[in-house]
Amino acid sequence: MATMNDALANAHGNRRKFGRDLAGLFVILGLAVVGYLLFPNNLALLTRMTAIALLVLSLDLVTGYCGVATLGHAALFGTGAYASGIAAVHFGITDPLLMLVCGIFGGVVAGLLCGVVILRAHGLPQLVLSIALIHLFHEFANKASSWTGGSDGLAGIAPDPLLGLFAFDLWGRTAYVFGVILLAVVFALLRLVVRSPFGMLCRGIKEDPIRIRAMGASPKATLVKMYMISGAVAGAGGALNAISTQVVGLDSLSFTLSAESLVMLVLGGTGSLFGALTGTIVFMFFEDIVSAANPFHWLTMVGGLLIAVVLFAPKGLYGTIAGAVTRWREARR
Amino acid sequence: MLPRIIGKQDGHMQTVFSIAVDALAYGMVLFVISIGLSVTMGLMRVVNLAHGAFAMIGGYIASYAARDMGLGYGIALMIAVFGTIVIAIPIERLLYRRIYGAPELTQVLMTIGITFCVIGIANYVFGPTLKTIPLPTGLQGSVDLGFRSIATHRLFAILCGLAVAAALWYAIEKTAFGVKLRAAVDNAAMAAALGVRTEIVYAVSFAVAVGLAALGGVVGAELLPVEPYYALRYMVTFLVVVSVGGAGSIPGTLVACLLLGGIDTAGRYLVPEFGEFFFYLAVIAIVCVFPRGLAGRTR
Repeated sequence: MATMNDALANAHGNRRKFGRDLAGLFVILGLAVVGYLLFPNNLALLTRMTAIALLVLSLDLVTGYCGVATLGHAALFGTGAYASGIAAVHFGITDPLLMLVCGIFGGVVAGLLCGVVILRAHGLPQLVLSIALIHLFHEFANKASSWTGGSDGLAGIAPDPLLGLFAFDLWGRTAYVFGVILLAVVFALLRLVVRSPFGMLCRGIKEDPIRIRAMGASPKATLVKMYMISGAVAGAGGALNAISTQVVGLDSLSFTLSAESLVMLVLGGTGSLFGALTGTIVFMFFEDIVSAANPFHWLTMVGGLLIAVVLFAPKGLYGTIAGAVTRWREARR
Repeated sequence: MLPRIIGKQDGHMQTVFSIAVDALAYGMVLFVISIGLSVTMGLMRVVNLAHGAFAMIGGYIASYAARDMGLGYGIALMIAVFGTIVIAIPIERLLYRRIYGAPELTQVLMTIGITFCVIGIANYVFGPTLKTIPLPTGLQGSVDLGFRSIATHRLFAILCGLAVAAALWYAIEKTAFGVKLRAAVDNAAMAAALGVRTEIVYAVSFAVAVGLAALGGVVGAELLPVEPYYALRYMVTFLVVVSVGGAGSIPGTLVACLLLGGIDTAGRYLVPEFGEFFFYLAVIAIVCVFPRGLAGRTR
């Protein structure tokens, strides 16, 4: 029912939503400028943050909007990263935009594959399938070491200057600007996707797949399509990571990265693109600060944080704050 | 994970025999640890990713009791089982209670959170090194079966698995508690309406599940070494076993453990360079063919 009401509200409030899109874009760009000014020596971290933000956005598409529980989403990200890295190292495609296209293509293919397998089951078996898939991808990349570099990682990626004008410098300024623009463009496109009839259909499937089938739509085909879109986004993130760090490691195809991206998403709030971004930023800043001090305390803290979020803020940081703001506005009315 | 001792002089038969013994021992250890998870998952419908953490706690307690305090193996085993249950009870009361019936994602997050906390704390208290549980002289060495000799410890693990399977079968099929348990698994609301105190059934099964996990953690310490990342490393394996076997089914879990233990061990012996590739490939194939598990039923 909530979906129907959302649809009605959408028809009324399209202009307001457009305003929020613009506001969202300005917030991203504003934060990017602030980050640049505050941490000019740590742009690598900020660039990684934008790449991971793309992964978390992509996870939000399938988990938040379609209700698919997955602990293997890094498969899409890592495939994108390896696709663009392999294109650069083995095929000499070193133009960053073409590498990005390769990454997106790799992500889409991985998304199709994962989607078809994961959507075969529900509940616990679905979760297990996703875990098995990420391990399978990991072992495969490890084994195919002549292509991927195995556990040493794929090194020697040397991207050309962006558009032939901006070389990727030692301080990572070009990579950072490239990443922020990529994130902003993807964010704007995703706002369109999740609000389109297709996006509404996905939300409907999350709430009641049987009803959607009765209405004549195929839940599975729709979800596989969403998985491919999600793969494109995650692949773009992977490509960005490959271009900016110039290496691709096996950790980009790891269970840990998958679990962490889920933690970030839930911390920020599922089912909202703003939530995905909030979670990524908060989580990665804390990780940077705490894990520098002691990696094991970091794990204890993440655990505690997860338990606290589940108990006290099940809608995530963004969801809780947005809910509080809405209530406050209604109280004032 | 598994020591590779292939006797060259004895040729293929020896290899096949060692694979079979290791696979059986490994499968039985998996069974002892996972069966509790399977029963609680079938009963309470909680996706409990922290189950391996309880096995790890058991291993740590036993190691501390046997190695640092110098107690006997049997006593250390008992202390480990009861100690783990004592630690688990407040966790169940405070945290698990709140996620019964919650969406899967919530359960996954809560139990991953618990796992992370346990890993962090275990590392803080016991340090990052591998902990051993010294075996008594009776379990060291090997037993001569007439035509082959096998490591006594492997035999012990296999016997433990068989004993647990038999005891559970008896408890669930033949006792009054087993009747209540099966009723609660099938339909908790109806069982409660008929006067079964389901919360007591839940609490007892949770305690037994945790105790079995600790037992498996101690008995299996030779095959699954105790270290802080134990809980994360084998979490997936236990979950996979339960999912493949079908939550709540003892025969299903036993078959899944032996099958997957066999595939994993054979893969490690024959194609070690592929790591766990074939294990996960088999998992995907089985789950795709039997989405509800080998012995799963519609609910």
